[in-house]
Amino acid sequence: MTAVSDEAAAWAAGRWGRWRRRYGLAAFGAALVVLWILIAILAPWISPYPFEAVDVTKRLQPPSPVHWLGTDALGRDVLSRLLWGSRISLFAGIVVVAIGAALGVVIGGIAAYAGGKAEELMMRATDLVLCFPPIILAMAIAAALGIGVRNTMIAMLIVWWPKFARLARSLVLVQRSQEYVEAAVVMGYGSGRILFRHIVPNAVGPLVVLVTLDVGQAIITFAGLSFLGLGVIPPMPEWGAMVSEGRELVDQWWVATFPGLAILSVVVGFNFLGDGVRDWLDPKSRRQ
Amino acid sequence: MNDPSPLLEVRNLRTEFLTDGGPVRAVDGVSFDMRPGETVGIVGESGSGKSVTALSILRLLADNARLGEGSSIRFRGQDLASLSEEEIRKLRGGEIAMIFQDPLTSLNPVLRISRQLTEGMLAHGTHNAGEALRHGIDLLARMGLTAPERAVNGYPHEFSGGMRQRVMLAMGFANNPSLLIADEPTTALDVTIQAQILDLLKALNREFGTAVLLISHDLGVIANVCERVLVMYAGEVVEEGPAEQLLADPRHPYTWALLNAVPRLDQEPPADKRLTAIEGAPPDPSKPAEGCRFRPRCPFAIEKCGEHPDLLPVAEDRKARCWVTQGGERLLKPAPATSVAAPVKEDARPMLELRGVVKHYPLRRETLFGERKAVRAVDGVDLDIMRGETVGLVGESGSGKSTIARLITRIQKPTSGSIRFGEVDLATAPRSVLRPLRRRIQMIFQDPYASLNPRMTVGQILEEPLSFHGLVAGASEAKAKVGELLELVGLPARAAERYPHEFSGGQRQRIGTARALAVEPELIIADEPISALDVNIRAQIINLFVGLQQRLGLTFLFIAHDLAVVRQVSDHIVVLYLGKVMEVARARDLFAEPLHPYTRSLISAAPIPDVAVERRREHIRLTGEPPSPVSPPSGCRFRTRCPIAQGVCAEVEPPLAEHRPGHRAACHFSGQL
Repeated sequence: MTAVSDEAAAWAAGRWGRWRRRYGLAAFGAALVVLWILIAILAPWISPYPFEAVDVTKRLQPPSPVHWLGTDALGRDVLSRLLWGSRISLFAGIVVVAIGAALGVVIGGIAAYAGGKAEELMMRATDLVLCFPPIILAMAIAAALGIGVRNTMIAMLIVWWPKFARLARSLVLVQRSQEYVEAAVVMGYGSGRILFRHIVPNAVGPLVVLVTLDVGQAIITFAGLSFLGLGVIPPMPEWGAMVSEGRELVDQWWVATFPGLAILSVVVGFNFLGDGVRDWLDPKSRRQ
Repeated sequence: MNDPSPLLEVRNLRTEFLTDGGPVRAVDGVSFDMRPGETVGIVGESGSGKSVTALSILRLLADNARLGEGSSIRFRGQDLASLSEEEIRKLRGGEIAMIFQDPLTSLNPVLRISRQLTEGMLAHGTHNAGEALRHGIDLLARMGLTAPERAVNGYPHEFSGGMRQRVMLAMGFANNPSLLIADEPTTALDVTIQAQILDLLKALNREFGTAVLLISHDLGVIANVCERVLVMYAGEVVEEGPAEQLLADPRHPYTWALLNAVPRLDQEPPADKRLTAIEGAPPDPSKPAEGCRFRPRCPFAIEKCGEHPDLLPVAEDRKARCWVTQGGERLLKPAPATSVAAPVKEDARPMLELRGVVKHYPLRRETLFGERKAVRAVDGVDLDIMRGETVGLVGESGSGKSTIARLITRIQKPTSGSIRFGEVDLATAPRSVLRPLRRRIQMIFQDPYASLNPRMTVGQILEEPLSFHGLVAGASEAKAKVGELLELVGLPARAAERYPHEFSGGQRQRIGTARALAVEPELIIADEPISALDVNIRAQIINLFVGLQQRLGLTFLFIAHDLAVVRQVSDHIVVLYLGKVMEVARARDLFAEPLHPYTRSLISAAPIPDVAVERRREHIRLTGEPPSPVSPPSGCRFRTRCPIAQGVCAEVEPPLAEHRPGHRAACHFSGQL
């Protein structure tokens, strides 16, 4: 008896350890994400210099107490540009994923619920977009639309929704055969109400996971397009563009390295957070 | 018990699960013996600890489970609790075999049967590879598998549930075990298949002298197989004794309640259709109560029950954990109710009339130019439901009974045929005509865990239909109505603020019923509404339905696979087989004199929780399994399993002919079995 109670006490005491093992990385990821969002909001107040302040006399200075992360080829403060750049990167990533997910859920949800020809049409359109390598297709569209943050985001959206449509369709198909949906049919509710009030709220779990994991992906893609010269119009600071500006400056490593690290940290943050959300939503891993 | 060396000796078994909410004691001080070759049954509701007891014996528990101090499990004198992992593995599948409820998940889907069958023999080193396969084929043949040489090369998905259970048994018997633990082995099977598997278990016990520990919630199954029975409640054994005496004369109120909560096929149901249900639900195992654990639900409780009783002898070879029966007092059968139900008004026209209803689900073509086949789920069904009556629809899985429910409620559209309700044909009615009718036909679903939207509170679930159909004006009226509905189904008004997952299965089924009642329907289709529930909760739900029907004048179509339950509640019964009606009659006539051989064998396959009756009863065992609904047999669909089939049955399909007033059967040789 006492042996069992001791063990029970030990088990209870290990609760914090188990929580940390399961959600430690996720908490770290969440902290990174929150930190970057705060930075993006506060950028105008915490940047030591204006991001566009050119000072050719101080070009390519290494990190120093005056310029913590050094200066670039035009003598602009890398830290200030990095902090300002978080605004565009996070904004583009979050907005593209949010709108892409919304579009995908509507298209995939309707396809799954309607079935028949409508489903066939919508899902084949999805397949068609998925046929192309996403970054190349986005590049082609962005190039056709012209440079600029908005156009690049539109180009990304066009390649972004299909994966959500696929996932939403499979999730809705699972829910559709549940008895609570049949009960709603028997009540005489219309299709729209059944789909969006009953089915979709029960299908959001895995979608939330994909959304969180995907923001990092979208930030990388946007930075990649900027790196190729498509995303932003200079002198607007953007991480991908900053890496691009520094790519040939081998001796002045700080110009490309710090924006690269910024991309890395925000993407890692979103990925850890997404993994944590998945573990938390998965009833099998949450048991005990 | 006079044998000096029992095969299995369990003493003071306590199993705890360590959880974040504190330790939960699932098994609390269970002791029992098993002699070699004995058949012992453990019966109890879900959560009583019966499965955990079995798993503890083989140490198959999850990582967070612990055996309490002083627990001992001796098998042939060897303490299993202190064996190393290596040693216990030798016992599992060797001396002790185990089969589980779901034979699909206990077989590996990607390995051939031959591989899985011989693996155990090779691992235990009892046979070499060639012998093992031969032995395996012999075992499959012994377990009643047809064409075992071909079967060993198959994969698990090619077999039906009953066949898979036979394969599991063959695997279990590969190394000649002296103890077989069977955890709800027939719960997932149809009643005719269940009868086959139970017969097989008994035969194996007789032939090989293997002791069987059978775990079941079904007293009928236990009565059929076991010599001795343990009844478990809240982690404790509350009664133990020879099956025959224990079932005929229970000495613990819980056993008494279990016995009286199940309707019996060999007894005429009372006129008011009610069952003896005890109130409430089993206690929460993480907060054990003071005194007798059954006391809060016990109809016999006395003052002394505040003290925790021990398992003490009450008669020769019998023990019970009860103060009430300690003095030799008997628990009497509840007096049958004398109130008479209002007779069903015989309207000129039925309320609902199905004529030639067909539902085929087309399959994909197997080859490009192949014939397009279809699953013929419902294949020409006629059915009448009179206002105010309850029609029972019985049949095994695949008979099409759930499909009929979904056609009447127009969740699905029939392929052909007509479903007349009032002046409207539901089979062809467009959505605009259908919508106002939806209110008048409602449905109660099988799975109480899937039929309520998990993201809505109970209040929202009940309020949505009210406002959607404009039955209430404003939020305060809706709230009052929700409270009324909850009260009607026996739930407190504060339940409205909670989510479905906070309720037990039985309570959820009440919520589902309240939702159906919200729109004041005339006809309720109940699709296996109690098959997912424990026996006592079943009785509560049946009583709820019966009470509602009397108060609100509802008409029910009650779908179930359990004949005794259907008989309890129904006025008319329709027997379905492979999408066709086999027999229709008033409930009383159907059981007094079943005309169709299928009905007769269904009745005979259902076990009765009374050893004496079970022994006396004549059993008709159906062989084989129902054929595929994709290519049903020609002529009479039942002929492939029918004990009296003749040449004509393969050629001419028998019509559903009236043999007596109101009693129709589709058989060329009605009443001859």
